[in-house]
Amino acid sequence: MDPMAEIKATFFQECEEQLAELESGLLAMEGGDTESETVNAVFRAVHSVKGGAGAFGLDDLVHFAHIFETTLDEVRSNRLAASNEVVKALLRSADVLADLVRAARDGGGVDQARCDACAAELSAFTGIEDAADGDDGMGEIDFQPMQMAPLDLDLDAAEAPPEAAAPEPAAWSLRFKPRPELYAKANETVLLLRELARLGEVEVELDASDLPLLPHLDPEGAYLSWNVSVRGDATEADLREVFEFVDADCELDVQAIGADGEPMELPNSELDIAALISMAQSASEAPAEAAANLDAPLVDPDPPEPGPGRAELAVVDIAPPEPAAADSAAAPPANAANARGEAKNAPPAAAAGATIRVDLDRVDRLIDLVGELVINQAMLAQRVNEAGLARASNVAGGLDELEQLTREIQDSVMAIRAQPVKSVFQRMPRLVRELANITGKQVRLITEGEGTEVDKTVIERLTDPLTHMLRNAIDHGLETPEKRLAAGKNPEGSVKLSAAHRSGRIVIEVADDGGGINRERVKQIAIDKGLIAAEAVLTDEEIDNLIFLPGFSTASAISDISGRGVGMDVVKRSIQDLGGRITITSRPGLGSTFSMSLPLTLAVLDGMVVTAGQQTLVAPLTSIIETLQPKRDDVHGLGGGARVISIRGSYVPLVDVGLSLGYRAEPLDSEQGVALLIEGEGGSRAVLLVDAIQGQRQVVIKSLEANYRRVPGIAAATILGDGRVALILDIDALVAASRTAEAPRLLQAG
Amino acid sequence: MSEAVNRGGAGRELISFRIGAQEFCVNIMEVREIRGWTPATPLPQAPPFVRGVINLRGAVLPIVDLGARLGLGAAEPSARHVIIVAQVQNQVVGLLVDAVSDILTVTDEEIQPTPDVASEMVRTFVRGLLAIDGRMVSFISLDRVLPDRELDHAA
Repeated sequence: MDPMAEIKATFFQECEEQLAELESGLLAMEGGDTESETVNAVFRAVHSVKGGAGAFGLDDLVHFAHIFETTLDEVRSNRLAASNEVVKALLRSADVLADLVRAARDGGGVDQARCDACAAELSAFTGIEDAADGDDGMGEIDFQPMQMAPLDLDLDAAEAPPEAAAPEPAAWSLRFKPRPELYAKANETVLLLRELARLGEVEVELDASDLPLLPHLDPEGAYLSWNVSVRGDATEADLREVFEFVDADCELDVQAIGADGEPMELPNSELDIAALISMAQSASEAPAEAAANLDAPLVDPDPPEPGPGRAELAVVDIAPPEPAAADSAAAPPANAANARGEAKNAPPAAAAGATIRVDLDRVDRLIDLVGELVINQAMLAQRVNEAGLARASNVAGGLDELEQLTREIQDSVMAIRAQPVKSVFQRMPRLVRELANITGKQVRLITEGEGTEVDKTVIERLTDPLTHMLRNAIDHGLETPEKRLAAGKNPEGSVKLSAAHRSGRIVIEVADDGGGINRERVKQIAIDKGLIAAEAVLTDEEIDNLIFLPGFSTASAISDISGRGVGMDVVKRSIQDLGGRITITSRPGLGSTFSMSLPLTLAVLDGMVVTAGQQTLVAPLTSIIETLQPKRDDVHGLGGGARVISIRGSYVPLVDVGLSLGYRAEPLDSEQGVALLIEGEGGSRAVLLVDAIQGQRQVVIKSLEANYRRVPGIAAATILGDGRVALILDIDALVAASRTAEAPRLLQAG
Repeated sequence: MSEAVNRGGAGRELISFRIGAQEFCVNIMEVREIRGWTPATPLPQAPPFVRGVINLRGAVLPIVDLGARLGLGAAEPSARHVIIVAQVQNQVVGLLVDAVSDILTVTDEEIQPTPDVASEMVRTFVRGLLAIDGRMVSFISLDRVLPDRELDHAA
């Protein structure tokens, strides 16, 4: 790949992240989050997309991002209230932005009309605000003073109105002092200064006074600062934009130079540790200077200078107001500075959040190797045991430690692949918005447990079934607003998407508060389609489960949304392929809940090791409800070799594992064996009869298909401590096979 | 040196092994390793010639009783039997044979075409015959040694 394409690929990758950030920020705002950090994060996301797009000459993207950003800036600086209406428009714009990014990446067009409509909507917001604020009669609207208005009112109400209306000064004085981090991130100050030069006539003065003597010079330190004066019609925002990407790594002080040409002095209210250190390093009067700098905001009586001077807050847009008078505010400035420091430092820390991108193949290779290490360790332990070494010997002790270590390594390696389900959940709000638009229903999506972690493969294969289930919930589950009102419900339906860890599995639920399953109709359709007999008597649960049958679709006309030839049977199949189960509970008038239970990883499995006809087999622990010792009186023959066992009053089919896999020729006497009560898919129960239980252990799943092929009744293989291969039972297939007549002949020969 | 190059260029190397009284050989490029017999875990619903699976350094390796596969009768594996681990297309398979006897270097001309016989087994597996020191060695192809994957869709 040529380097440019590579950079571009990285840009799009980052765009996806920014878009996700954008969406989650907007959703938080929709949920009433008014934290300035949230708004800032949203703004940063759009800004980064815009910046990158500019570098690649993606003009459409830049154009839209700019409009978007402008509106966000209004919100960010509290000039535009983040009302519900505004946030909804912003969300729509985020979708458009995402479309534009994708169009730029994959080629192809976008819905230009939608894009324009969104842009117009956004502009309207800023436009309306302009008009409203324009009442003060100022031709040139500068919002900076508005931002300061509350402060000024606190200070001196009489001064405030002219203050708010002060014209933009013709010149600015900047003091720019990079910190070492700025250089560490490969920023180049000369580029920033050149950028400034484009905004107007500049005078740049280098301040090298902090430069220590050579012996004290830290080669990676930052000692230089610049004083720049800019003349021209640039606004403060323009100036700050130049430093947008470095503002966390430098001290930046922007001051207006008044009409009289006098700079309006404002002590730097920021506590800058890097500066202090460099000062301390520098020379003689360091302590005094440091103290002065520290104390400045505390003791200097003029910070919020009244009169023509305007107090400019440094850097952060929405900062706590400066104290009105210094004497009453010895502590608050420090707090303000602290709070500001946090607000500024948090985002870069999160963004830098020590992560690396690693090729998935490498991780998988590592997981394979660790799997083999675990097997090897178990083999070694067994060999040592066989060699008859005393348990108390050093070797045994060392082996115990080795076992602990390998287990920890395995857990850590598995954790690498684990990811929060957030990445899937994040795609859903957009889907819901679009579906709500198409169906004309009002939908609120509630997500819970986004941080729940699960293996990457599971996550990847979760998107499709989840998408389909949400479609189903909105299209079929929720009623129209009118119907909901008539039923005395909130016209806005809710769909709740939640994830949680439960006993070593992840449980994902899609719950709607719609009308529930119309069992009459479901049953009628099943009869019409010949899926069940007309006279069949079904329990509510059985009727609910009919929707999972292949060929079942309740939409009488194929709707554009759920009826894409994909039914719930496909959802069920894909969940089962992941080793999961799906169940449905529905209450008429109150809604339905689809619940999926999935393994956390596809690489290891908690199993019960059993013996059946000389062979060692592994039964997945998750399916086993209990183990029991069958009594002769409880087991009844049904003819044709079929047996049932009575468990607490109900009869459950008995599956002789050894017999059905062909490991024994004659049925096992039920009293000689151990029974495992298992729950298969859809909650059906069966009892597996085995010769003996060896124990429980975690096993690494090995594919049988890689070198051989699929084996009926067997899900996969694993390697036990003695180095031998043991097969993992596919319980559902075993039970299903036992229901058919030829069940006990799965194996033709051993 | 030049002789080696010539041989490499004109001929091919084969591994020969014994099953019962017969000798067979396969292309050495298909063989990954040779190891001693270890008991295999039998698989349900497997054809009679599939002895089961063993653990090959963490991978699950199916074992084919080559004698049974070639219609010569099932082996009674003992510690003296060996498993030839071979790569067949993208699968790895273990072949249970009585013993490995030799590495042969032959030219294509030395491989005689298989006589036209009725045996299905011969037509499926035998690619040619070699006369080595008066013994007949069958050159076999491993392509169809494993049961077809497609079969399991029918099953």
